[in-house]
Amino acid sequence: MRLIALLLALMLAQPLPADSNLPPAYWANRQLPDARQEARAQSLMEEVRCLVCQEQSMADSDAELAGDMRDLVRRRIAAGESPDQVRSWLIERYGSWVSYRPTTEPASWPLWLAPLALLLVGAFLVQRRIKLKARR
Amino acid sequence: MIAETGLAALWLAAGLAALQFLLMVIALRTTLDVGRTIRAVAAVQGALALTAFVMLLLVFARSDMSVALVFENSHTAKPFIYKIAGAWGNHEGSMLLWVTVLSGAGACLGLLSRQTHERTLVAALGAQAALALGFYAFLLIASNPFARLLPAPPNGKGLNPLLQDPGLAFHPPTLYFGYVGLSVAFSLAVGALLTGEVDAKLARAMRPWVLGAWTLLTLGITAGSYWAYYELGWGGYWFWDPVENASLMPWLAATALLHSINVLAARGALKAWTMMLAVVAFSMSMVGTFLVRSGILTSVHAFAIDPQRGTFLLALLAIYVGAAFILFAVRGATLKEGAPFELVSRETGLVVNNLLLSVILGIVFLGTLYPLFVEAVSGEKLSVGAPYFNAVAGPLALVLAILVGIGPLLSWRRERRPVFKQLTVPALLGVTVFVISFIVAPAMGVLPRVGLPVAMFLAGASILPLVGRNPLRAPIATWGMVVAHLGIAVSLVGMAMNAAFTSERLAVVRPNETLTVGPWTVLLKEVTPTAGQNFTAIEAELRATRGDGIKVLKPQTRYFTDPPMETNEAAIDTFWNGQLYTVIGKPDPSGGWQLRLWWKPFVTLIWAGGVLIALGGAIAMTGRVRRQRRRKPEWRKERYA
Amino acid sequence: MSRAIRFAPLALLLIVILALVWRLATPADTTVSSKLEGQPLPVFQLAAAVPPKAALETADFATGQPRILNIFASWCVPCISEVKVLQGLKRRGVHIDGIAIRDRPQDVAAFLDRNGDPYERIGADPQSALQIALGSSGVPESFIVDGEGIIRYQHIGPIEASDVPKILKKLEEAR
Repeated sequence: MRLIALLLALMLAQPLPADSNLPPAYWANRQLPDARQEARAQSLMEEVRCLVCQEQSMADSDAELAGDMRDLVRRRIAAGESPDQVRSWLIERYGSWVSYRPTTEPASWPLWLAPLALLLVGAFLVQRRIKLKARR
Repeated sequence: MIAETGLAALWLAAGLAALQFLLMVIALRTTLDVGRTIRAVAAVQGALALTAFVMLLLVFARSDMSVALVFENSHTAKPFIYKIAGAWGNHEGSMLLWVTVLSGAGACLGLLSRQTHERTLVAALGAQAALALGFYAFLLIASNPFARLLPAPPNGKGLNPLLQDPGLAFHPPTLYFGYVGLSVAFSLAVGALLTGEVDAKLARAMRPWVLGAWTLLTLGITAGSYWAYYELGWGGYWFWDPVENASLMPWLAATALLHSINVLAARGALKAWTMMLAVVAFSMSMVGTFLVRSGILTSVHAFAIDPQRGTFLLALLAIYVGAAFILFAVRGATLKEGAPFELVSRETGLVVNNLLLSVILGIVFLGTLYPLFVEAVSGEKLSVGAPYFNAVAGPLALVLAILVGIGPLLSWRRERRPVFKQLTVPALLGVTVFVISFIVAPAMGVLPRVGLPVAMFLAGASILPLVGRNPLRAPIATWGMVVAHLGIAVSLVGMAMNAAFTSERLAVVRPNETLTVGPWTVLLKEVTPTAGQNFTAIEAELRATRGDGIKVLKPQTRYFTDPPMETNEAAIDTFWNGQLYTVIGKPDPSGGWQLRLWWKPFVTLIWAGGVLIALGGAIAMTGRVRRQRRRKPEWRKERYA
Repeated sequence: MSRAIRFAPLALLLIVILALVWRLATPADTTVSSKLEGQPLPVFQLAAAVPPKAALETADFATGQPRILNIFASWCVPCISEVKVLQGLKRRGVHIDGIAIRDRPQDVAAFLDRNGDPYERIGADPQSALQIALGSSGVPESFIVDGEGIIRYQHIGPIEASDVPKILKKLEEAR
């Protein structure tokens, strides 16, 4: 995915994610010793965008900032925060755009209502084709 | 010279497409018989488009740098297969492939159709020509693959290393044959709406085309998913990326269409739904093409970022789909449906199947475009990704999977046999697996927890149509259906196992240290520099064991120069019960290396299932086509009547 | 089949085409902006990036005067030309503090020696922790913080000469 990061970096005329001289943060590429915490951290990281290489999650991105974000997420989860708390913290700073899971704000309601609406419309279209009442 | 020949062939083909369209208009307005002429025109048009494509392959094979496209996308140091595959690894070349398949399909439609109403077939050929005309215009005006670059530079810019993979040779052409194959269904539907001849005969004419396109689409999507899995190094196989969704939507529509056609062919019912699905399926193909080439989405798959091309494609989309929808709205009233279906019958089963597939299609469509709608209306930016699609489409897909087990057992018209008794064995199997899963894996997610039993139920139920009768005397089409439905079950098992039982280990490891993942103990022996034909690399030697023998894996990080880039080559070892997936990362200041390991039990079933589904389609197609070809073509009959 | 059902697909198509036309006309803005405008600065205390130059903490912003908080790094190429513009602002009496992202003291020192030093204080953020807490997504970026420590404006990318009038205006508004 480095290519994408590079291409996007070249296209954005603005903050360039060039490489720094420091190594990745400690928890960027190490798992937490507690397996359950690591699992929670991992599923959160898969649901949050990488800010630099858009269209990738924080978990998969090679970008340095993504590594630092992973470090931050792991530290917070290890300190006892819940994934929802960390997600809200990130959304406060970057907006709901940063979460791949749509939030519960009003702008997302149609997303959750749509499947129901589609099923109802579909059922309506279909019921005319099926003999639902027994014929005498 | 070669490039100019290709360009000339393209212009001629475009001219013939215009003629073909004109012939259709004449046929529908007058009583002239254009049957032989229009078929000849379609055949020559197809041959010319193919010529143009072969010319493109030739200039790539010879690394002719005076052709701008070759300069942009190739390099003399490239392995030969990637020189050829590079021809379609870019926007213009892949567009030419698209158009070649479109006109080729039209030629085959004209030459190979037998039991089809003549007027409808002529109308369909005209519609196909109209489609081709728009895309020829797009190629010739906005995306000329044969544009020259003079004076010719000594060498080219090279092909993106991510694309230098056997997957590239296979994945796009297969997908394109699938996408564009659906155009025939579109054209036949438009033709039938124009002539009013929407009936069982039309369904039987459409069926082999839809089967063929759908089979190739299934293969193409499966291949794409596997390619992404092993090439990109993140251990996942589906990201619900907008462009992945763009390939899934035509597939969902085509699957619904396939089943709807069966109802139309067997009972002459579901006319409106079948016509609409036929139009929607190819419309989704066109939407996909638009999304990938317009620059409105950022994605691994996105081609050149070019809003002007996007506008052209959007205009084509609006014209074609708009015209088809208008035709449907106007002629829809004349589509007479028969009596309602019995509640417990195969027709009802297929209708509910259609409904669920259409709802899933709607959800994927909405989820993909929703961020765009919201931003257009309120300026707010939000994201819709895997968590949404899995949460919503997942359960619906599982309900559908259960129905897939039941439907094929039902009779047409009315089910009088105790079908549900037959299902007790698969049902028990499912329930047993469900209970065992609590013992073996108490901490499983909801989707895999429900998905695994459903998959086992479906696996058992899908073979029931062959049980209790002589399998060798069952129609070939039934075999096809059984294999395809079994493939769904196999794929679901793979997905559930992957979701529930994957182990991942991520750590910094020094040479001669070990890391355990699942049942494996992996030793990092050493990390050495190495080189390939057009790259240098660092390669790790890993020795993995789980008690019986040592397996050696060598993941690499490769560095390319044309263009300059770095890629991860995962080393994957496949066993009967899963895959060991290894990736080497960056060196750590402490002297170690970042190592990422996965043990994925039964993950290969995901793609094995996909291949089975495609195989089922291929089997069904041989059965149908053989039956059709035994009859004499109608248009020949009329000559000697 | 009722009229509504027959024309519904067409209506849907129209909506989708309109949305796509809109998107082609207004290309997506890929910059990621911070949502903290109007919020107080997060509580932080950074070590000095280039000792003995002063370190940076939240309290340094409660001076009653608006200040610019500039996020930069020695390995950031556009930051080099930005330093000149920042020095111009400093000459006009603007107070500028810096945060060095993922940097070593010797590299920051070399950067300042080569290009100039417009900063009153520089904090070290070796793991981008404060950068993330501010809702920033790259270097260089600048925040205008008012006298009470509230973030009033975010400028993404290097401050160029053409941006100076706007920055000055925002500084005035932050008084």
